[in-house]
Amino acid sequence: MAFESLSDRLNKALKNITGQGKLTEKNMNDMLKEVRMSLLEADVNYEVVKNFIADVKEKAMGQEVMESLNPGQMVVKIVHDEIQELLGSEDAQLNFKKQGITTLMMVGLQGTGKTTASAKIAKYCTKKMKRRVLLVACDVVRPAAIQQLQTLGQDIDVDVFTMGADVDAVTTAEEAMKYAQDRQKDLVIFDTAGRLHIDEALMQELSDMKASIQPDNIVLTVDAMSGQDIITVARDFNEKLGITGLIVTKLDGDARGGGLLSVRSITNVPVLFVSNGEKMDDLEAFHPDRMADRILGMGDVMTLVEQA
Amino acid sequence: KKSKKSFGDRIHSLSDHFRGVDDELLEEIMVILLESDVGIHTAQKIVDLFSERSKEIKNYDSMEDYFIAILKDFYNEDPSDIIHYNTEGPTVFLMVGVNGSGKTTTAAKLMQMYKDVEFNVAVAAADTFRAGAVDQIEEWANRIGVPCIKGKPNQDPSSVLVDACRYAKTNNIDILICDTAGRLQNKSNLMKELSKMNRVVAREIEGAPQEVWLVLDATTGQNGISQAKIFMEAVNVTGIILTKMDGTAKGGVVLAIRDQLHLPVRFLGLGEKPEDLCPFELDNYLMGITKGMDQNAE
Ligand SMILES: Nc1nc2c(ncn2[C@@H]2O[C@H](COP(=O)(O)OP(=O)(O)OP(=O)(O)O)[C@@H](O)[C@H]2O)c(=O)[nH]1
Ligand SMILES: Nc1nc2c(ncn2[C@@H]2O[C@H](COP(=O)(O)OP(=O)(O)OP(=O)(O)O)[C@@H](O)[C@H]2O)c(=O)[nH]1
Ligand SMILES: [Mg+2]
Ligand SMILES: [Mg+2]
Repeated sequence: MAFESLSDRLNKALKNITGQGKLTEKNMNDMLKEVRMSLLEADVNYEVVKNFIADVKEKAMGQEVMESLNPGQMVVKIVHDEIQELLGSEDAQLNFKKQGITTLMMVGLQGTGKTTASAKIAKYCTKKMKRRVLLVACDVVRPAAIQQLQTLGQDIDVDVFTMGADVDAVTTAEEAMKYAQDRQKDLVIFDTAGRLHIDEALMQELSDMKASIQPDNIVLTVDAMSGQDIITVARDFNEKLGITGLIVTKLDGDARGGGLLSVRSITNVPVLFVSNGEKMDDLEAFHPDRMADRILGMGDVMTLVEQA
Repeated sequence: KKSKKSFGDRIHSLSDHFRGVDDELLEEIMVILLESDVGIHTAQKIVDLFSERSKEIKNYDSMEDYFIAILKDFYNEDPSDIIHYNTEGPTVFLMVGVNGSGKTTTAAKLMQMYKDVEFNVAVAAADTFRAGAVDQIEEWANRIGVPCIKGKPNQDPSSVLVDACRYAKTNNIDILICDTAGRLQNKSNLMKELSKMNRVVAREIEGAPQEVWLVLDATTGQNGISQAKIFMEAVNVTGIILTKMDGTAKGGVVLAIRDQLHLPVRFLGLGEKPEDLCPFELDNYLMGITKGMDQNAE
């Protein structure tokens, strides 16, 4: 099913308007209905959509739009700008300590891309920032999670610390810090097991890790394919841990990625990176303008331009 | 909040003071469906059905019962549509899906399930791509006590499947479960690779793969439709296994997929352990979706 772009839809909605003379509140509502539909198709949470539409309406009912020659384009622009603003800024950075060892804990639901992202960030910080990185295998739950991280560590030539699957995550993390100190590492990345936000025991494990390590960064992975429920997930992770940043993963797929907007609206923490592939170099800076295009179904053009 | 309360009142005991279907009620139904990831188009269809047939409401004890009846008709289960087995040799199951959806873990769950009923089970580690993928499936196979046929890292996955099929034929295997690498459906080269895997299996064992399971993560939104559609084009997907249903997501996109592509759901994944798999039971599943009614009512 091909999704119609928002511009197409608004143009259609506007066609109904021509002949009726002036743009009215009723016409505006028709257009906003299309905006609502488009955002829901992009998996933006329906509560978020509701509030969003109310805000846009307020802005759009202003004189400027009512009197403009091309109100459809005006509305698209308002919607786009509003989304872009909700997505945050371009240049969010990891929190680095001025001195000593900076720490980063990667958290999130099962299979969202934590281990892959941990290794990618390790590579990025090693190569681009000349950091001395240690990866720590704190997933002692999933079979072969440790081997996965070790293999990736070998590929990117970064040290991986593990105490095996029989030692609990908190102990491993604590020992890893001693190891890092001894080897003069200055960035330690903890890969943790995937878990459900409602799994109290495993969420407690993360709280314990946090209390012990006091990480400078707690990064939540958000799968670009996420649906409505991601808002509940993000709320729980944030309430229990205090997330400091986000990574949106699997953005090389064809999902519109509206779940990210839901997460941003709940957590208000910056998007640090985009993960867009399975290879170790598939890590990018976040561009809120492009993400807004994508959520609105207008991203194809930009992507083509990028690839050319 | 106000409207939600009045809706809650209307859920139970319709017979006494039910005043009819109004916009407010339809809006509540819409919200429940949207929150379950059914998607706006399918949700609208269901809401329309709900409204068109509203005279029938009196025949039900509660709004919930009526709603489930509507959803059930919408899903339109086909009792003759069952899992296929090979009567002349090994039955092959191919696990397919996007990255991280739960293919490998579900393969382990199926191994356990069939082993428990005393089938001869084997597994093929045909994800030769992802770091640690072979170790992962091999560890499950060892724990469960099932032979694992594997290749070398980065070996052509199709050749692993050829080996596995031959192993299955000569070792009297009843069920061969083939784990494949995760792939996003818009990667056409990876989808071609999958088609090839499907073809070599068919060449080795007649009628195989008997079932191709699309493993779908319940937290997935509307992209699930695109997944189902494109995977169906690449291989003959026969059913969905909906994983991570132990969380709070409802996986309602399967209703949209059912509507547009007629793909049935076969199993639900309910955790990370080999025993956390249960056959899909429509009534229970739909009850899970209407649970939003009670939650909203509070
Ligand atoms: N296409 C694509 N695949 C990705 C991306 N990030 C991760 N993956 C794949 O998604 C799957 C899951 O990634 P992992 O890094 O193992 O995810 P995880 O969150 O560590 O999983 P658990 O530890 O089991 O919770 C793997 O197949 C990865 O190769 C991405 O940005 N794009
Ligand atoms: N809570 C829960 N977690 C699950 C379920 N099924 C799988 N998982 C977890 O999801 C993560 C990914 O599962 P895998 O089986 O590795 O997924 P996959 O599809 O094989 O992943 P790739 O091969 O990397 O594409 C793991 O952490 C699993 O333990 C489920 O039903 N419930
Ligand atoms: Mg992991
Ligand atoms: Mg796998």
